[in-house]
Amino acid sequence: MAVERTLPTSEAQDLLDLTRGIADKELAPRAAPDEEAGAFPRDVFALLGRSGLLGLPYPAAYGGGDQPYEVYLQVVEELAARWLAVGLGVSVHTLSCFPVAAYGTDAQRADLLPDMLGGAQLGAYCLSESHAGSDAGALATRAEPEPGAVPAPRAGAAEAGPDAEPAGVPEAPGYRITGAKSWITHGGAADFYTLFARTGGPGSGREGISCFHLPAATPGISADPPERKMGMSASPTAVVRFEDVRAALESRIGAEGQGFAIALAALDSGRLGIAACAVGVAQAALDLALAHSRERHQFGRPIGDFQGLSFLLADMATQTAAARELYLAAARRRDAGRPFATQAAMAKLFATDTAMRVTTDAVQVLGGAGYTRDLPAERLMREAKVLQIVEGTNQIQRMVIGRALAREARTTEGPAGR
Amino acid sequence: MNIVVLVKQVPDTATERKLSSDDNTLDRAASDGVINELDEYAIEEALLLKEKHGGEVTILTMGPDQATDSIRKALSMGADKAVHLVDDALHGSDALQTAYALSKALGTLEFDLVVLGSESTDARTGIVGAALAEYLGLPQLTLAGKVDVDGQAIRIQRATDYGHDVVEAQLPAVVSVVEKINEPRYPSFKLIMQAKKKPVAKLSAADAGIDTALVGLGNAATETVDFAPAPPRAAGTVIKDEGDGGVKAADFLAEKKFV
Ligand SMILES: Cc1cc2nc3c(=O)[nH]c(=O)nc-3n(C[C@H](O)[C@H](O)[C@H](O)COP(=O)(O)OP(=O)(O)OC[C@H]3O[C@@H](n4cnc5c(N)ncnc54)[C@H](O)[C@@H]3O)c2cc1C
Ligand SMILES: Cc1cc2nc3c(=O)[nH]c(=O)nc-3n(C[C@H](O)[C@H](O)[C@H](O)COP(=O)(O)OP(=O)(O)OC[C@H]3O[C@@H](n4cnc5c(N)ncnc54)[C@H](O)[C@@H]3O)c2cc1C
Repeated sequence: MAVERTLPTSEAQDLLDLTRGIADKELAPRAAPDEEAGAFPRDVFALLGRSGLLGLPYPAAYGGGDQPYEVYLQVVEELAARWLAVGLGVSVHTLSCFPVAAYGTDAQRADLLPDMLGGAQLGAYCLSESHAGSDAGALATRAEPEPGAVPAPRAGAAEAGPDAEPAGVPEAPGYRITGAKSWITHGGAADFYTLFARTGGPGSGREGISCFHLPAATPGISADPPERKMGMSASPTAVVRFEDVRAALESRIGAEGQGFAIALAALDSGRLGIAACAVGVAQAALDLALAHSRERHQFGRPIGDFQGLSFLLADMATQTAAARELYLAAARRRDAGRPFATQAAMAKLFATDTAMRVTTDAVQVLGGAGYTRDLPAERLMREAKVLQIVEGTNQIQRMVIGRALAREARTTEGPAGR
Repeated sequence: MNIVVLVKQVPDTATERKLSSDDNTLDRAASDGVINELDEYAIEEALLLKEKHGGEVTILTMGPDQATDSIRKALSMGADKAVHLVDDALHGSDALQTAYALSKALGTLEFDLVVLGSESTDARTGIVGAALAEYLGLPQLTLAGKVDVDGQAIRIQRATDYGHDVVEAQLPAVVSVVEKINEPRYPSFKLIMQAKKKPVAKLSAADAGIDTALVGLGNAATETVDFAPAPPRAAGTVIKDEGDGGVKAADFLAEKKFV
């Protein structure tokens, strides 16, 4: 069932129409077979790239779509409703572009963004490590500054002349990167890696982390075979290894030591993408359950006529609608330039918990058929689970929200106390 | 090479289509208008030819005001500009009158090639291409599954029972296409935005030099006298297999003259 949306512009309406057309014709028919086969639909991302859907919230001057988050996220929701691996893939790609778009020098943006946003390339975001998941600030991948590689933050170093492609072996001193990143979406399939690595010494903490942009073809970068996951098998998740990778100074995004702040800022926006994905999955489960509840008869009536199921469906619809409004409210704050990190955490938490509940209930509405692989209910349920884990587990979201509450309480505590 | 693509807006085949009870013409307001499916293939072929040989692609549509939606869609696939022939006098025109009116509108344009669908999904007469070529006095290459242009020569392939025909003509010419010719592209978001700024010229019957005594419902050579909804489908026949299911199924098929 098409979700009725209020969109700010007629061009946004056209964009959603385009998205629905592609999602219905190109994503929906392939989701089940490609998930079963574990086949990554690189061609679908190429089509999305050609259609202009891989750089929506970034400036048109660099090849983006100039769309507010309010619109971009609804595109992600529509894609995820047909096939989470694609919706989440678009969200992760958009996340991977964020550091260059928000913290790159003008030269870096002009050099890198057109291909990243224009659809020619697909990105991956390399933060997690086997020993640093929720505690990402403990990451150990080392980016050793070569002698003479001064941490000049926004030096004009990036004018750097002819493309250092494909090897990127720098003339000037840069960094040597060694380490391994875990759980990397598009690991082994991406064209570029947005990497967070430690430029400070061991024990340098969060202030010792820097951000890098590396073409996947850079010598020394390799990926393990994809993890064998519960769901989303069509989206490769792999360990990406960096073995004595030489990175030019210009491949560093932002100042030395600014990396962790960049990573967290990227995740604030990325979490909104995950929330949108979750709403898409929940909507798909709701649509499926509702249709089944009208078609399936027991005791001589459609099962949806029984109050027991009708109330269940009412709760599913209400929670899904509320989750959508929550991510949209956070997005509108972001679009208006107001702080939105706490709202984004709330949206991610609520939307992904909702997706888990709604998909589980959808299996229930479908009864035995819901438990088989012949219908998508069980797949949606397996897919929903991962959304409670990625880009900060829901425990971490609660931590973020709880800390924000405490901060707020401290600042509003007047001299009179309470 | 300048190409004109004829694009008809038709009711979406996915929605319920209705005739208006006043004059037995299609109630175009009753359902969402979309580009006639085969015309998307015509647009794609024109864009491919443009990519190879240069020039401009112009969309020509005859239809009421709301046909602008389909014109914008055609432009967002990559066509350069459009001409919209719109006039109340044209309402209810039959296929021959439509071909005449389109030929007059084409007379106001410079082109080397006209590409159109071989059939619409609403009226499905499939004769506009041929009639148009006659009005224009141009060669007609119908039911093309493949098009090649080489200088002034244009060659098409048309599938037949025994293989295919190759038909050749000199430009300018009229080509109608079938769906196996290509895979129409999706518009891109950028092109959708650009399409809003592309020129769409509105043409009245007078602008095109159309003799209004020759067009419209009142002057049509054909008339829709009556219409009736398709009868609801009768319930299917259920054959219970009690050992003789195969025989019963064969008897059923024989009775319906399928075997
Ligand atoms: C399919 C998939 C794709 C992914 N894609 C990417 C990617 O593209 N890039 C990337 O960098 N990472 C990616 N990840 C990694 C993901 O972000 C991490 O899995 C996540 O941050 C959790 O880390 P962890 O798995 O190490 O779990 P842990 O951090 O070990 O957590 C285990 C459990 O402990 C809980 N926990 C931890 N700390 C606390 C605390 N302080 N208070 C309460 N509970 C706590 C967690 O909530 C969780 O329930 C992906 C993961 C998956 C499964
Ligand atoms: C239900 C119904 C029944 C009809 N029955 C008849 C009938 O029996 N006899 C009759 O003469 N007319 C009939 N008409 C009228 C006829 O549909 C119109 O005159 C129509 O514009 C041309 O016929 P077509 O769609 O069959 O064209 P076709 O020849 O099937 O269409 C071929 C191609 O011509 C181009 N084209 C057609 N119309 C236009 C247009 N308006 N603007 C731009 N390009 C166009 C398109 O590229 C299309 O793919 C009927 C209409 C309806 C709705």
